[in-house]
Amino acid sequence: MKLKKHAFFPYAMLLPTVIIFGLFMIYPIIYSFYLSFMDFSGGTYSFVGLSNYIELFKDPVFYKALFNTFFYLIIQVPVMISLALLLAVLIEQKFIRGRGFFRMATFLPTITSLVAYALIFKVLFNTDHGLINYVVQLFGGEKIQWIYSAWPARASIIISITWRWVGYNMIILLAGIQAIPTEMYESASLDGANFWQKLRYITIPSIKPVILFTTITSTIGTLQLFDEPYILTQGGPNYATITLGEYLYDNGFTFLKFGFASSLGYVMVIIIGILSWVQFRMTNEKEEK
Amino acid sequence: MIKKIGVYLLLILAAFLSLFPFYFMFVSGTNTNADILSAPPRLIPGSMLAQNFSVLIEKMDIFRVAFNTLFMSILFVLLAVLLYSAAGYVLAKFEFRGKGLIFGFIMVSMMIPPQVMYVPLFQMFISANMTNTYASVILPSLANAFGIFLMRQNMVNFPTALIEAARIDGYNEFQIYLRIVLPNIKPALSALVIYMFTSMWNNFMWPLIVLETKSMYNFPVALAVLDGNPTNKDFAVILLATAIATLPILIIFMLFQKQFVAGVMGGAVKE
Repeated sequence: MKLKKHAFFPYAMLLPTVIIFGLFMIYPIIYSFYLSFMDFSGGTYSFVGLSNYIELFKDPVFYKALFNTFFYLIIQVPVMISLALLLAVLIEQKFIRGRGFFRMATFLPTITSLVAYALIFKVLFNTDHGLINYVVQLFGGEKIQWIYSAWPARASIIISITWRWVGYNMIILLAGIQAIPTEMYESASLDGANFWQKLRYITIPSIKPVILFTTITSTIGTLQLFDEPYILTQGGPNYATITLGEYLYDNGFTFLKFGFASSLGYVMVIIIGILSWVQFRMTNEKEEK
Repeated sequence: MIKKIGVYLLLILAAFLSLFPFYFMFVSGTNTNADILSAPPRLIPGSMLAQNFSVLIEKMDIFRVAFNTLFMSILFVLLAVLLYSAAGYVLAKFEFRGKGLIFGFIMVSMMIPPQVMYVPLFQMFISANMTNTYASVILPSLANAFGIFLMRQNMVNFPTALIEAARIDGYNEFQIYLRIVLPNIKPALSALVIYMFTSMWNNFMWPLIVLETKSMYNFPVALAVLDGNPTNKDFAVILLATAIATLPILIIFMLFQKQFVAGVMGGAVKE
């Protein structure tokens, strides 16, 4: 009786959300699948079967975008998570004063828009006049062609992204660390464990789910990377820094190859699905051992 | 002792590296382009702020852009709070047919890159003749599962006894939601507000696609266009515009640090 009385209530509350998600997520996803088998030219669509996918897998720029995206993933995500973990652990050291300041300062980059910080770094990375090259020369180095040659351009993107996201991951890891009972560290200290041993045998195992969470969200974020390469390097030089996101934007909205861009979108979904599954499995397996 | 000093030095270095680009941005807005491009760049405040600003308003209708960004962010936040708190509440506190399916879909949808939807969405808004409108930016952004997840995680632990008591007192379900539940989850709501506000304020790729005229641009798109214009490139003006676009979020952060952090955390650690 009681249940019946408010049986319609959950549906009423969910209705607007379901409509929004239906219109602006489910429908586009299905429509995108349909479009991936179509070709758009001269204002009309025609069915072309798998040829968008075939064209995609023959396109050298696709492999460059794939390579770059995975390069960022393999280098940037572990570096960033390690830095974030180190920062979180250091800030949580008992003797630290001004903890609030350090937390706030390192978190601050997280609030900037991706466009804004990319613009700041673009000026800092300027080859002839940028502050970063000035510092490099101060230490006796040669000017680095940050934006205009392939590997330094990739490095500049990785450095920028790391600046923007370390604090974000640090805050999440920090909450995980704070939940670890202090007695564990105290008894480890009594047994003579040093900083690295405590990190390895207490902190990291205790916050494994949190590390997994930050790794998965960072992976998803990296695979969607668009704003930074768009502003910093425009994907150049010669596609050296192009990402899957920017490749999709170029094809879809610069060249208006809607069908081709849709097939690329689907390939991205499959990649993200596989990667998340692999990461999930890897951490679960380790736990079982 | 040496160890402690080493840790402090590392933390100070991290804080310095985090804060310096902000300082550089604000200071550069008050210097000339030549100051910024000299080696080393001038790193103390100059007197060019007014001059830079007058150049900026010639290149970019900053008041209009500020209005667009603010208006879209506020409207987006209002709609997001209405939608997500309602959805999060019933997903946390009610059993009903289809709940598992809906919640499962919400979780999975967080992994789908929004870029996948941009081509079909763009087509939709073209067919509806609605590109270059506020609605075209706001509506697709509402299909964001994170906000629902955040609300649901924060409402799971809401005392069921309070809800039951209100039922006995004769409140109907909508009254319970509005008068009992919402007022009691203010911290979570403010975290949601700040998270959503920031994400719309900084929204770039979709607005870049769907907004066509300068009078509709938000800050990120206007900044990208300002930077993309190769004639008379003036970094002082660009960085001043960047500073103006960043300042409101910076102020909100200073005032509501706790809620900011709570918004970022979402359901990461809970459960």
